[in-house]
Amino acid sequence: MERREYKQEINITPELQARIDELLSHYPADKKKSAMLPVLHAVQDAHENWLSVELMNRVAEILDVKPIEVYEVVTFYTMFNQRPRGKYTFEFCRTSCCTIRGGEDMIEYACKKLGIKEGETTEDGLFSVVGVECLGACGYAPMLQLGDFYHEHLTEEKFDVLVEDCKQGKIKLD
Amino acid sequence: MARKILLENIHIPGIKEYEVYRKNGGYSGVEKALKTMTPDQIVEEVKTSGIRGRGGAGFPMGLKWSFIDKKSGKPRHLVVNADESEPGTFKDRFLMEHIPHLLIEGAIISSFALEAHLSYIYIRGEYMWVFKILEKAIKEAYANGWLGKNILGTGYDLDLYVHCGAGAYICGEETALIESLEGKRGNPRIKPPFPAVSGLWAEPTVVNNVESISAVSWIVNNGGAEYASIGVGKSTGTKLISASGHIKNPGVYEIELGLTVDEFMNSDEYLGGMIDDRPLKAFIPGGSSVPILPAQYIFKTANGEDRLMTYESLADGGFTTGSSLGSGGFIVYNDSACVVRNTWNFSRFYHHESCGQCSPCREGTGWMEKILHRIETGYGREEDIELLWSIQGKIEGNTICPLGDAAAWPVAAAIRHFREEFEYHVRFPEKVKNIKHFVDEPMEKVRHLLTKTVQQ
Amino acid sequence: MKVTIDEHTIEVEPGTTVLQAARMIGGDCVPPTMCYYSKLEDCGGKCRCCLVEISKGSERDPRPMPKLQPSCVTAVQDGMEVKSATSPRALEARQAVTEFLLINHPLDCPVCDQAGECDLQNLAYGNKNFKTRYIEQKRTYEPEDIGPYIQLHMNRCVLCYRCVKLADQLTPERVHGVIGRGDHAQISTYISKAIDNNFSGNMIDVCPVGALTDKTFRFESRVWFNKPFNAHRDCPHCSGKVTLWMFGDHVQRVTARKDEYHEVEEFICNECRFDHKKAEDWVIEGPRKFEKDSVLNVNNYTRQLKKVKIDTDDLVLEGRKQDQKKISMSEFPFDQAEMEAIKKANEE
Repeated sequence: MERREYKQEINITPELQARIDELLSHYPADKKKSAMLPVLHAVQDAHENWLSVELMNRVAEILDVKPIEVYEVVTFYTMFNQRPRGKYTFEFCRTSCCTIRGGEDMIEYACKKLGIKEGETTEDGLFSVVGVECLGACGYAPMLQLGDFYHEHLTEEKFDVLVEDCKQGKIKLD
Repeated sequence: MARKILLENIHIPGIKEYEVYRKNGGYSGVEKALKTMTPDQIVEEVKTSGIRGRGGAGFPMGLKWSFIDKKSGKPRHLVVNADESEPGTFKDRFLMEHIPHLLIEGAIISSFALEAHLSYIYIRGEYMWVFKILEKAIKEAYANGWLGKNILGTGYDLDLYVHCGAGAYICGEETALIESLEGKRGNPRIKPPFPAVSGLWAEPTVVNNVESISAVSWIVNNGGAEYASIGVGKSTGTKLISASGHIKNPGVYEIELGLTVDEFMNSDEYLGGMIDDRPLKAFIPGGSSVPILPAQYIFKTANGEDRLMTYESLADGGFTTGSSLGSGGFIVYNDSACVVRNTWNFSRFYHHESCGQCSPCREGTGWMEKILHRIETGYGREEDIELLWSIQGKIEGNTICPLGDAAAWPVAAAIRHFREEFEYHVRFPEKVKNIKHFVDEPMEKVRHLLTKTVQQ
Repeated sequence: MKVTIDEHTIEVEPGTTVLQAARMIGGDCVPPTMCYYSKLEDCGGKCRCCLVEISKGSERDPRPMPKLQPSCVTAVQDGMEVKSATSPRALEARQAVTEFLLINHPLDCPVCDQAGECDLQNLAYGNKNFKTRYIEQKRTYEPEDIGPYIQLHMNRCVLCYRCVKLADQLTPERVHGVIGRGDHAQISTYISKAIDNNFSGNMIDVCPVGALTDKTFRFESRVWFNKPFNAHRDCPHCSGKVTLWMFGDHVQRVTARKDEYHEVEEFICNECRFDHKKAEDWVIEGPRKFEKDSVLNVNNYTRQLKKVKIDTDDLVLEGRKQDQKKISMSEFPFDQAEMEAIKKANEE
């Protein structure tokens, strides 16, 4: 477990609270815990895409569960981050179907372009490159996920444009 | 032209939207089912159709429905499994992205047939934009009276919600999915009890794949017998195939079961043959968990019969010379692909996705990955091949859920059919240290090296 | 209901597991267990050490089950025939599980407090002469401090989930759990929190290996140099019935009383376990009986054993008759061909 401390400001805005309430309404009143994953997604999205211990404890309060139940869940699923990541995290699929159509080459290219290794974040905290397992876009390889969206049939040129667009703040993440 | 059931209307612009979908006959299945049929009649129609679960296991859907415990009087649930994560499979996403109301319509009819009043669609977290499409579509369905209280004035109430996962292949296993839906870690449950008796919140639950549920409204509208008239033998109806790899036209196709593999692979209507001049080396017909087949068993079975796109024909020959239709993830490899590297890649996937609950899978998948990685990178030993064979055999069948089998089968099939590649890796480590070894020098060109070493 | 395990036939109540029936028979046919714990609910099925071969499903459906079944969560059916120690397949699978459990185990038995009373040691010893084939680096974890009483050695853990179930079922608030996934799953509090409640010490007793050990007993003595005595005291929190592990007049360790399967008879509180290390605190009843499986127990079916209630089977029984037939035994209903196969098997 990484021990480095990161600070996170917790801010449950009225919009976020409304979203949480909506999600909770999808489950029977005595089965609040079932809303765990959707609520964690909502909370994480509103907090720069990561979950600190304090934030997880807050979720535990919201869902009326013990904090450890939230930790157990957060560490099980790959989409929940326990430390900050680059604002633009490129998640490249590296499973076979993508790999044979150039997936690995794309990761290599991205790393070289951004000057980082796979799994790292650029110093300005803007970009991360991560290899992930099958994202269900095998026929449209190579591909990457950025925020909520997929970018498919990647080429080096397309990736260059994407990075440029990110830098200019033109890319929507959700 | 082959018949289309799921993708019949996919070409209509705007079919994603409620208005367009409705104008083109959408939700007529719900009207027919709720107003003119009883739940048992629908179950019977689905039974007659012979449709088999499209998620991979191929279990007859009508039968699964008939297992649901209605006697105990507990609330029942339908959970649609949209946790599509099997490498090579991306068909459910296609359906939900392009024609979301088809799934919702199917879910309403199916819930009615199961007499469920609270149902969920569990979608993998990575498909977040599809999640939002479904959320919107469900709201439209509520707004137009297809969901909620007293649907169509029939007195039937149904709430349907979409629930998102958060990155775990194992949640595609139905009991892990239920655990996850309950807000827990996705650890598969020990069966029995089966979800039909004790599923979501210990209440009777049926879990079905997106594609299966999407076919229900057609079955209700056209009759189970009509559905059963398509296809061959026990493989009835149509199936979505996700095609990827070294082929000209990758993508999602709807085929009538019974099509020959040859036609699917080589006709311009479907995959259009290989991507370039490099020859076909291997293919996987049903997603990463099913055995890989070498060229000689792709178009013909071991008996020399045409290989068909059916559950039976693809499985012909058992695991010795056959494979499985699985989830319909059709992956094609040409001779630039390295089977060892590919198997390592899949092993890494299963290692990464193992939930860690039972010992053979938790420890075995990681061990296999390490050995395969060693072999692939030129640090393998001759005895590693036997070791791998032994480990996979000890995982298979001994785990709580099928992930153990899914991790073991690809390794077993790769060794069974491509042993020479493993031997080549072990004996010529300097050659395989070039990551693109088979791109530059395919097996055809180096095979003679292996026979030479044997002669010495 | 009648069940036959390794040629021994025994009458059991509906809802009994195969493992439970085997324990009633006793002797060699009892499968080893690492994760199952009869005193905890929903605890078992994970380690796969207790796999058995079911050579006849039941009187009604005599087909053998194709896969090996975990005996601790498999309910007995009337007429079932099971092969445990007599099944080469089951023995091979158990050996494989042992190998899997050991590949990442540190094998630091010389400095492990559990040595001598460790289920994993016993399991590995049962495999006789066996060499590992694992040459890769072992997985290791950062040490985590979980408080003044319990020492956590994650490297030794086999992820049986017993301590988690115990904390859920016996203590007011569980603060530790399994975090991470796959072969990096680990027992942890995630935030290095001390596990502090009056029954937490029982986690040490249920741990089958040296992952959770008694900090107050650390490196005090090898367990085989202690003499165990049954003792009790008047305790407001628990039954107060314990085993004292003595060296001369010194009480070096207090544990709950364990049966021959190393399961505690009654859980005890932390006060008894950690705070009363003087002989005069206790009424000593006498030396603890030798607990090893005795040959006298074999074929002695009259031994009383508590019935384990299996919720799963009740649920099956609740369903419609037709469901029950299909669900309890096999995923498939019988089609014509199967009915004939069953008929044929019956005639034979």
